[in-house]
Amino acid sequence: MLSIKNLHANIEGKEILKGINLEVNAGEVHAIMGPNGSGKSSLSSVLAGRENYEVTEGEVWLDGKNLLDMKPEERAREGVFLAFQYPVEIPGVSNINFLRTALSEIRIHRNLPPLSAKDFLKMTKEKQELVEFEAKLANRSLNQGFSGGEKKRNEVFQLAMLDPKLSILDETDSGLDIDALRIVSNGINKLRTADNAFVLITHYQRLLEYIVPDFVHVLYNGQIVRSGTKELALELEEKGYDWLKEEYHGQESINTK
Amino acid sequence: MEKDDMMLDELANKEYEFGFVTDIDMDISEVGLNEDTVRFISAKKNEPQWLLDWRMKGFRAFQKQDMPQWQNFEMPEIDFQSISYYAAPKKQAKYASLDEVDPELLKTFAKLGIPMSEQKQLAGVAVDVVFDSVSVSTTYKEHLNEMGIIFCSISEAVKNHPELVQKYLGTVVPHTDNTFASLNTAVFSDGSFVYIPKGVRCPMELSTYFRINAENTGQFERTLIIADEDSYVSYLEGCTAPMRDENQLHAAVVELIAMKGAEIKYSTVQNWYPGDKDGKGGIFNFVTKRGACRGDHSKISWTQVETGSAITWKYPSLILQGDHSSGEFYSVAVTNNKQIADTGTKIYHLGANTKSRIISKGISAGQGQNSYRGLVQMGSKAKNARNFTQCDSLLIGDQCGAHTFPYIESKNNTATIEHEATTSKIGEDQVFYLNQRGIDSEQAIALIVNGYAKEVLNQLPMEFAVEAQKLLSLTLEGSVG
Ligand SMILES: Nc1ncnc2c1ncn2[C@@H]1O[C@H](COP(=O)(O)OP(=O)(O)OP(=O)(O)O)[C@@H](O)[C@H]1O
Ligand SMILES: [Mg+2]
Repeated sequence: MLSIKNLHANIEGKEILKGINLEVNAGEVHAIMGPNGSGKSSLSSVLAGRENYEVTEGEVWLDGKNLLDMKPEERAREGVFLAFQYPVEIPGVSNINFLRTALSEIRIHRNLPPLSAKDFLKMTKEKQELVEFEAKLANRSLNQGFSGGEKKRNEVFQLAMLDPKLSILDETDSGLDIDALRIVSNGINKLRTADNAFVLITHYQRLLEYIVPDFVHVLYNGQIVRSGTKELALELEEKGYDWLKEEYHGQESINTK
Repeated sequence: MEKDDMMLDELANKEYEFGFVTDIDMDISEVGLNEDTVRFISAKKNEPQWLLDWRMKGFRAFQKQDMPQWQNFEMPEIDFQSISYYAAPKKQAKYASLDEVDPELLKTFAKLGIPMSEQKQLAGVAVDVVFDSVSVSTTYKEHLNEMGIIFCSISEAVKNHPELVQKYLGTVVPHTDNTFASLNTAVFSDGSFVYIPKGVRCPMELSTYFRINAENTGQFERTLIIADEDSYVSYLEGCTAPMRDENQLHAAVVELIAMKGAEIKYSTVQNWYPGDKDGKGGIFNFVTKRGACRGDHSKISWTQVETGSAITWKYPSLILQGDHSSGEFYSVAVTNNKQIADTGTKIYHLGANTKSRIISKGISAGQGQNSYRGLVQMGSKAKNARNFTQCDSLLIGDQCGAHTFPYIESKNNTATIEHEATTSKIGEDQVFYLNQRGIDSEQAIALIVNGYAKEVLNQLPMEFAVEAQKLLSLTLEGSVG
């Protein structure tokens, strides 16, 4: 479904992504871990099409379509969903109104007929229940005054509503309390199908106990330095990143010799 | 921000939708302004002597006045001698029905989406259309007549209800008020007149669409609304003008009078031609609007959505005379490209326990300049008077400007005045967030702006609110990419 080949990207002239390769197939869950500042959010931003990143090399394909050629909204309509690490607040714009607009754009793109107000509300209700999102939050202004955890849960509610092909969750678990983490994870598990895929960016092994990944990747210094199965996450939990960093820098110094 | 700049450059090309010229024979007075011009207009309209005399007083006051200089922009040179002060479609016989109206004119109205159709009547809108200077058609009149409501052009009111007009005209905005009000007094062409009798609740929104059509004509309409004791009326004013390279002057006067227990809601959606993106052409909108809450427990509220004009100079004001009277001012003013808006309100608390509320939302994009200018004055008898002012500015891009000039004068220490102000910028991250959900940038801006202006838009009657939302988006099209 998603194919990233040798992706390099700069921000303000500084190279942040230094040759990422990643293949994600339909039905899979991939976890991306890695130390702070290693480029995880940058990768998700580049995939979503944030314009302050400049792609200098490489390719990204989504089901045979060149993602890098598309505007952010086109990528979203093609089915790329990013649950933001820091969702923004938009005062005065009602959550529901916003979702209605988003959904109708996406449905137009997918050649689906517009939803009636009644069907939309019905769907809203179903999805709210699925991810246990409080109705009163759905009716408030978009993220305005939401607590950190409420914002994260709103991202998952939106994900449920928009039914994307590829969901990238950037630290959606951080800021969630223990119950919320379980609830949100259950919600995501319910949303999994053979046709969609999830990329979970996380710092915590705990999330991966709820949503079991098919692959775990470690991103360090703008590169995927190690890939493995869910056991890799356990190993990281135990040992931290130092051993990987050392390995990486050892490799680097050999390369430069 | 870099991205904002790019957005700005990319979208700066939305054209004015209502820019077309209607080809109809016009009866136009010669350009220039002198006593004869005033007499010509008065004679054309077969006015009584008292009205001509009053016009003359206005003209003389105009001659003595200077252009105001306190606003936050350089007053453009306006050559009052190069304007024609009267333009009327030639087929001027009274139209008994719409069928008699020049079809060209009707086409224009259709393009403007003026609600004269059957469906709109169902929506309960009675329309008084002012096409340049002469009122063309008033619908729904009979139904209103039965209730004793008078809703007609001011010229008709002068003919049919001279005692009412003479009693109230110029009592809120005197002929000496300011240059533009004096000019309007001298040369006002037409406008609307509303009288709601005691105890009557006007069952529908009354609405006027103004439109400037002829080249080099100023539009000087005069509106007078009187709500007698315990009555209620909601009045809507919409305006559009075709595209012209030259600047056109619009200097209207609106007077509202609310007697004891009466309530007037006055809503404006102003969409005059703003000029092109380089600032060429566009309407100079210099308008004097004032309401007097004469009786106890009376209420007036102004709601305005100002999206058009090259320059907007407008301060709908309120005189809260009656005890317990209250006033509201809700405003959204948008400036894009080279537009300038200097707008706000003045509220004079004279009576005891008077209350006022000001909600102003400025939106600046492109190189637009947006100033809020407000005065709240508490008189010595205004015991326990209260004012709340909220004054917000939203910036799109970094070449525009937002300014606030709130003035407060209190001669009463029992009065409370609260003022809150915020300035914010539409962030690239907000737009990106919405993009990431499949919403393109223009729609994203529209969503954000409508959310920002919601408190004001909610004041508008449903039908108008939808139109105002569209206009906001239209005006800002081209401000973000
Ligand atoms: N606008 C910017 N200007 C300069 N550097 C930036 C900018 N945005 C991100 N960076 C840098 O890019 C690097 C990668 O940041 P990124 O947010 O992708 O890390 P991350 O892996 O998501 O970290 P975390 O785990 O803390 O969320 C960091 O060193 C960061 O400081
Ligand atoms: Mg991050």
